[in-house]
Order: sequence, then C-alpha cells, then structure tokens
Amino acid sequence: MYNQTEIIKDTTELGPEGELVVNMGPQHPATHGVLHLVVTLNGETIKKIEPHLGYIHRSIEKMCESLTYRQFIYVTSRMDYLSSHINNTACALLVEKGMQIEVPERAKVVRTILNELTRIASHELWIGAMAMDLGAFTPFFYAFREREMITEIMEDTCGARLTMNYIVPSGLMYDIHPEFQTKVKAFIKQFKEKVTEYEDLVTGNIIFQSRTKGVGVLTPEDAISYGCSGPVARASGVSCDMRKIAPYDAYDKVEFDEIIETAGDSFARYMVRVKEMNQSIRIIEQLIDNIPEGDFVGKTKNVLKLNKGEFYQRVETARGELGVYVVSEGGTTPYRIKFRSPGFSNLSVLDHIANGSKIGDLMATMGTLDLVIPDIDR
Amino acid sequence: MFLKDYIVDVYKGVSSLLKGMRKTGYYFTHSKEIITEQYPDNRATLKLADRFKGEVVMPHDENNEHTCTGCTACELACPNGTIKIITKFDITPEGKKKKAIDAFIYRLEMCTLCNLCVAACPSDAIKMAPNFEHSVFDRSKLTKILNKPGSKIKEGIE
Repeated sequence: MYNQTEIIKDTTELGPEGELVVNMGPQHPATHGVLHLVVTLNGETIKKIEPHLGYIHRSIEKMCESLTYRQFIYVTSRMDYLSSHINNTACALLVEKGMQIEVPERAKVVRTILNELTRIASHELWIGAMAMDLGAFTPFFYAFREREMITEIMEDTCGARLTMNYIVPSGLMYDIHPEFQTKVKAFIKQFKEKVTEYEDLVTGNIIFQSRTKGVGVLTPEDAISYGCSGPVARASGVSCDMRKIAPYDAYDKVEFDEIIETAGDSFARYMVRVKEMNQSIRIIEQLIDNIPEGDFVGKTKNVLKLNKGEFYQRVETARGELGVYVVSEGGTTPYRIKFRSPGFSNLSVLDHIANGSKIGDLMATMGTLDLVIPDIDR
Repeated sequence: MFLKDYIVDVYKGVSSLLKGMRKTGYYFTHSKEIITEQYPDNRATLKLADRFKGEVVMPHDENNEHTCTGCTACELACPNGTIKIITKFDITPEGKKKKAIDAFIYRLEMCTLCNLCVAACPSDAIKMAPNFEHSVFDRSKLTKILNKPGSKIKEGIE
C-alpha cells in the first residue's frame, strides 16, 4: 500500500511536469477492439492522446490487388463488419460504374432495404455498447433483442449473420427469401413499440445526461478540417449525408430527413444516431411494399474487366463516408485500390476533442465516435 | 431560488432513475418475454435458416452419384484457394475416355463461406449446408474430400 507521501514522491520521477503515461488497450474492454491509446495525464486531466494502430492490420488493400472484381467484395465485409452490406454495396457500385452495367430495379430496392437494416443493427449495437461503457448494463440486452431480429432476417435471406457477401456486381447473389417482407414488417412493428424503452432507460437518465452533455465538444470547423463524416460530423451541424448528396441505389426515390444537431457534444452524437434509426425505419416502410418484380441480377460476362481509368464511389455507412478508389489498367484485377474509411478520420479527432477533459469523459467521447477498429486498420 | 432549483433537479434525477427501474422491473417479473436461447441444451430443437452458409457439401443421390464434372469453375472462383480438384480419365462402356473427378478436396479451415464457388458452379454440384459446429482437435480433419468413395457422375451431365 502506498501512502500519501510516497505517491507525491513518485510523481517527481515521472517527467518534467509530473506527467503520467497510461496505456489504454489494446485489450481494454471499453475500446471495443484492439485500439491502443497512449494517454498522457496530468493528474486526472488528459494532456495528450496518441492512438497506436496496426494490431489488426490485414493489408486488405494489397490483398484486393490480387483478387478479381467478383472476389474482392467479400474482403470488404471484414473491414467495417457492422455495416458489411454497405461496404459490399460500395464495391459493387464501383464495379458497375466502371463497367457501365445496368442494375435491375428489384436489386436496387432490396439493396437499399438491406443497407438500412444494417444501419439500424449497427446503431443498436452501438447504443448497447455505449451505455455499457458508461456503466449501464441493461440496455445492452434490450438493444441485442431488436438486433437479433435483423440478424435473423439476414440469416434467412443472405445465409450469414455478420459477413454477408450477398451483393454482387450487377445485383444480388440470389433472390430474397419468400418470408422477407413479412419478417421485415414484424421487425418494424416490434421496433416502433420498443424504441421508447431506450428513451426511458438511456436518453432521459440523469447519469447518462450528465456524463455526455457538454463532453467532447466538436465544432463544425474542426469537424470539416479533420475530415469527420457520418453522425459525428452531423452532430456538429455539418451536412454530410452521402445518401442526400450523391444518391445511389434507390435513395433518390425515398423521402427521409438528414438528422443534424448543432450542439456537437457526446449527447448530440447519441441523439443523431437514435433519430437516424427512425429515419431508416421510414425508408424501409416506403420500400418494403414496393419491391418491383423482375430479375434480381443483371446479365454480365463471366469475367469482369473494368475499363481503363480511375473510379471513385462513396456511400454512407453507419459510421460515415466510405470511399472506394480503384485504378484500373483494363485487366481483371485492380491495379491499385484505396479505401477511405470513416473510422480513421473520426479517430484522428479524438486527441483534439478529449484534450483537457478528465479521463472518465474519455469513455463517453470515444464511445460516441463509434470506432470499429478493423475499419481503421484494414 | 437556489434551493428550489436544487430540489427540482433532485426530483427530476430520481424520477428518471425510477422510470428506468420500472422498465427493468417489468422484465424481471415477466420472464416469458425473455428470448434467451440456452444453446448447447437446445440442440434438438435448434433450427437454422435453410440458406445458412456453414460449409460446402456435395450432395449425392441414392445411387451414390453426384453432378460434378470437374470443370474447376469453383476452384477459379474461390478467393482463398480452398478448393482443389484432382481429375482422372474414366473409360466409358463405349471405350471412350471421359474426364471425371478423382478427389474434390475442400479445406474448411481456409474457407470464408462467401458462396462464390456455389454461384460459379454450372451443374449445381455443390451447395452450402447449415452445419456450424466445426471445432476439432486436429487441424488435418478440416481438410475434407467431398466426393464419396466409389461415387461417379450422374448420367447425362456434361
């Protein structure tokens, strides 16, 4: 046991200003993965945060250079595994753009529904994990109850629960399950009943509010200059929804609002995600009864060859803007591929917004950034 | 005024906590609404989706015949080199040589269950099966030969 005098004696040896360096992670339960933060502290106040990456680097970009345009899509499910459908859509859209393939209307609508279901599943998991970071254990189970319904829909239609690989260039791998529509409608009904439970449990809770309000404030100028996107930037009042700015698939046919909050703190980021789930439900409701009949996949050649040139496609994942950039030399494999992942830019802002706050607030700030480490490292 | 604000804050805080406690208390007393599945004990009743991608299998009919022609389309479609097909030449009753598979080697430990091989197959010889309990003590047991011993190709499949 240390007594008071010994602790004071120790701090003199820590550095010129009595700084303490704490390694948070790579195996810390609150970092949701192998994120390693080197936190420099002065007492309890954060002076500097340095993220160390590379623990889950799998060189996905280099791997994709040796895979054909049909094969490289499955790898992207392993990047941001919570929005794997959306990653797959981005790659499929890029190949379609590069080869100028027409996609059947049915495939477009089904893709949009599945993308929105993925977004809800991702936000559900985030709410549970975020509440658990702040000490509330129960919302985790409530959130997983609704998420389980989505994973069952995915299991029926796509055959997998997390890494689906259902979307192929020019359409879908196989047709939707006969019970897809009834199950999605059952989910919408259940979700609308149960979403008030989160409000009761988490949103109105005084402990949650006092731990998130005014914590980790990000100004709109900083959000733009750090390249933030998704709910993180929208909570600061920056309009950056790719579904509105550059509509893809069936997003130009549906009505939905882009959720923008202006406070920029952790609570605003929480509210953006909760409201976004309701908007996703609104999109699904408009499309679920109007899935057009017809082919689910267009006719393509057996071997896909992109035209010579450079192609860029961006989509809105649950975390922000995902960009796929491909340089093609006209062959069957990409010459160079680059993914612009939303998590990487959102992590870079952590040092800026958590600087000067207490170490307990770091949990709330980091939790609301919604970091998925395989997305950052790739 | 300060005292009034303080009391209002305390009242709001306590009521927000009680509101949450009421919700959790509801599920505490309504145990039928809990959806937890006791997995290893419910193996008998556990039903997976028909399309669940667990492993690649090659269906054989009652005459021990399959429909694989050995065209290696699945081998080319696989991103990980999971599938290896060794072909041989059978002598047909007419005395002609015919290409057939000797061994369809499938390495489950390398498979990512992406379904590209099943989609590429022109004769529907392989499919995904909903088996998910794959853990074994020896890694070599995960390398499987999918065509059964003594099996041959179905008549009329080219």
